[in-house]
Amino acid sequence: MLDSAKELLRMQESGDLTAVEITEQALAAIQHSDPQINAFTHVAAELAVDAARRVDAKRLAGEALGPLAGIPVAVKDVLCTADMPTTCSSRMLKGFQPPYDATVIHKLREADAVLIGKTNMDEFAMGASTETSAFGVTRNPWDTDRTPGGSSGGAAACVAAGNVPLSLGSDTGGSIRQPAAFCGVTGLKPTYGRVSRYGLVAFASSLDQVGPIAWSVDDVALLLESIAGFEPRDSTSLNQGVPNYSEILQTTDLRGLKIGILRESSENKAVDHAILAAVHHAGDVFRSCGAELVEVNLPHSEYWVPTYYVIAPCEASSNLSRYEGAHYGHRTESIDSNSEQGPLVSAYCRSREEGFGAEVKRRIMVGMYALSEGYADKYYNQALKVRRLIKGDFDAAFTQCDLLLGPVTPSSAFRIGEKVDDPIQMYLCDLFTVGANLAGLPAISLPGGFDEHGLPIGIQLQAPVLEESRLLFAAGAFQSVTDYHTKRP
Amino acid sequence: MTAHEVTTIIGLEVHVQLKTQTKLFCGCSAAFGAPPNTQVCPVCLGLPGALPVMNEHAIELAIRAGLAIHCSIPPMTKWDRKQYFYPDLPKGYQISQFDLPICADGYLEITDPADPDGTRHIGIIRAHLEEDAGKSMHDEVAGKSDTRIDLNRCGTPLLEIVSQPDLRSAAEVKEYLTQLKLILTHLDVSDCEMQEGSLRVDANVNLHIDVDGKKVATPIVEVKNMNSFRAVERALEYEVERQYADWENDGLTIEDNPKTTRGWDDVNQRTFVQREKEESADYRYFPDPDLLPVRIPSERVEALRQSLGELPRATYLRLQSQHDLKPYDADVIVNQGPAMIAYFERVAEVSGDAKRSSSWIQQDVMRTLKDRELSIDAFPVTSVGLGELLKLVVKGQLDNTRARDVFNYLLDHESTVDQAIQSLGIEQVDNSEIDALCQELLDANPAVVADVRSGKVQAVGSLIGQAKKKNPNANPQQVRETLLKLIG
Ligand SMILES: [Zn+2]
Repeated sequence: MLDSAKELLRMQESGDLTAVEITEQALAAIQHSDPQINAFTHVAAELAVDAARRVDAKRLAGEALGPLAGIPVAVKDVLCTADMPTTCSSRMLKGFQPPYDATVIHKLREADAVLIGKTNMDEFAMGASTETSAFGVTRNPWDTDRTPGGSSGGAAACVAAGNVPLSLGSDTGGSIRQPAAFCGVTGLKPTYGRVSRYGLVAFASSLDQVGPIAWSVDDVALLLESIAGFEPRDSTSLNQGVPNYSEILQTTDLRGLKIGILRESSENKAVDHAILAAVHHAGDVFRSCGAELVEVNLPHSEYWVPTYYVIAPCEASSNLSRYEGAHYGHRTESIDSNSEQGPLVSAYCRSREEGFGAEVKRRIMVGMYALSEGYADKYYNQALKVRRLIKGDFDAAFTQCDLLLGPVTPSSAFRIGEKVDDPIQMYLCDLFTVGANLAGLPAISLPGGFDEHGLPIGIQLQAPVLEESRLLFAAGAFQSVTDYHTKRP
Repeated sequence: MTAHEVTTIIGLEVHVQLKTQTKLFCGCSAAFGAPPNTQVCPVCLGLPGALPVMNEHAIELAIRAGLAIHCSIPPMTKWDRKQYFYPDLPKGYQISQFDLPICADGYLEITDPADPDGTRHIGIIRAHLEEDAGKSMHDEVAGKSDTRIDLNRCGTPLLEIVSQPDLRSAAEVKEYLTQLKLILTHLDVSDCEMQEGSLRVDANVNLHIDVDGKKVATPIVEVKNMNSFRAVERALEYEVERQYADWENDGLTIEDNPKTTRGWDDVNQRTFVQREKEESADYRYFPDPDLLPVRIPSERVEALRQSLGELPRATYLRLQSQHDLKPYDADVIVNQGPAMIAYFERVAEVSGDAKRSSSWIQQDVMRTLKDRELSIDAFPVTSVGLGELLKLVVKGQLDNTRARDVFNYLLDHESTVDQAIQSLGIEQVDNSEIDALCQELLDANPAVVADVRSGKVQAVGSLIGQAKKKNPNANPQQVRETLLKLIG
């Protein structure tokens, strides 16, 4: 089990550990746990050791080292890597290796991080349990009968299992925060545009955002610093400087900070008692640090999930059009040359039929329907209007408070197979998380307690656009007076 | 051809490739003619994870083109995805513009082919930006047909200019395309090379037939694959005949069959039915979430409007009114582009004789340009040089033959007009010298004097030739006048 990134950096500086030793520990941990957990789709053992060797050589030569020097980082298999396959856990992209690195991957290499491998996920990031992966389910290290959440299930599970201190996930409707909550780790969805999406295989472009997962807020801040920033190749990237997030975390004094608690979530009958208790407890912790608690409401919160489940499939249906077997990826071997639509359309249909799993097909169908002539106004355009109202709710709420506190999920980690045949139940996992994506806000999931089964519970803080510092500041204070984030499975 | 009165209704969709260095959403070169798939990157290939970034220069060119055809430029425009599956379209959608095009509601002024003094305004519905798709190349080798895909063209910027169905004949279409091409090349917005595909025309055509005072419309046909102005003209002429003949045969109207697509077969000079790529396509347009809406401040539009300068049509009219050129001559000069217009105007200004300048440019200058394969920018005789030369002709100090000698000398030597005259030994002959020369010739040719006196004035011609031999610098016009004066 590996230490935190901060500790690993310190030990390399003091000469107690080399980067190669750390990498070998990480690889050994993966070898030990992954047969049970299945958090990885690809482990790049040789490349990782090579990268670590280069870090050690640089250190020995007295050269300047990046902020993540020698730290093993696992990357969700939705980010393009020029030296490892990028599959999105889909049969469609099995073995596909992009000719280029995603910007965040490039930044990790620049920071001298050691890329250890690619992590399992729901196919094309569609799911809340990592059960839709074409490469098998990932299991929750706290209880291997349960899911790690999703879609960044592998990214959260490998951190929870102590394989790596840091991982990158992506969050379209809660895909970092929900698995972080289920796995008892800390996960941040940054402001939309704070981290470049260049090289992030798109699920729903207007909602997707890459973000860090780690044991603690300290490490999350460290990783965010390395991946955030303006990117000219991404038009939606925000042209704003990156604060020194790590420096913000030096206090437990939250006096002057107003934290809003959502009335809707605290009254929601669908939420487990233990989750609500953890949120109230977190409120008490913040109050004890000097923060003021106020009750706020977001009037359109009941429309978050329906709005999300129109917009996300619409964009996904379009983004996934490129997978048709003609240019790369899975191509059917049984083209019907005598098909009524001709061999070309037959090749498209069969390649997509064979390449995509059920959940992806379901969302493509929903999206195409909601964008089609005669229905676009009823669904897609209506959803865009509601999305503006939802943003307006957040704007109004943030005039009354600095941060919003609430649950991440309605329950703790559920059993594998429990919801996989019931899409609506699965979609409701995103009940509390999709609001931040629809409004483009930063939000963090923190370990906030355990339920009666000993499973971790997450609490969520949300902040106005680009206020990651405020989120990390409050989250850091919480972790400095609680120890939930230090517990291991 | 017809027993009924027939009105031809034509609307055009013209795709113009904009003259940008790089593609619409990535840094790849947009140049024509590179080996297949060598000008591609993750963005234009639509690889997973790649994101488009808008080319500002394309926006600027589109606005300039739009302003030149009297379009309004909205303060905000946006990008939309147009979704369909096609092997040339690697993303499965084309980034285009749907409900907020960058240019809307303009017109193009053309000369009425039926009346050279008349003008027609052809309405422009919209002009929008979009990325081009790739090209499929069908190899028919050894009985099996392979299709190879070249994605170099993917992402090159196109401006699609959609006209109202205001055009009434193939001749008007030709005039519309000529004017449009003139404007776009004048503004350096596009090369408009039909052979290279940088200007592509689709025409929608049908007939309104008057039957006992009631209008009957034939089905609309969209004609594609025309790759020269000549082909467009021929295809439309053919289509008008065909639609009328079909209607006489089967009586089918637009109610029976709203729209079909036909290709143009240049070899057999006929249109033929094309299989529809998409039947009643639903493109499921929606705003591209990867690209932010484009804000276009009115100051930017105004600055671009100021930068347009005089447009070809206005120059054409002005050359006629200001310089008294004939429409044909004005047209020839304007068609040569901005550099030639500037050249002409300077020559006319310096020489003080626009008509003479125009005729010299159309004959001597343009012939030399053609022979030597030069552009006017590289022409050895400067506009001021030619203007000064022609000024001497106007003042009667040089005749046309001597002027042409000077012109030819200037073509091959770096020299001023004065130096050229000196080098060629051309001297100004004073009046007394001419008088003496003429008297000498008259004395030696009494027969000519007698002929002239008896009314055969053209007899002096032989003496002019002799005068020229004795003194090459003698101005023939002056010699002629002097001879006649002396004969009395
Ligand atoms: Zn490119």
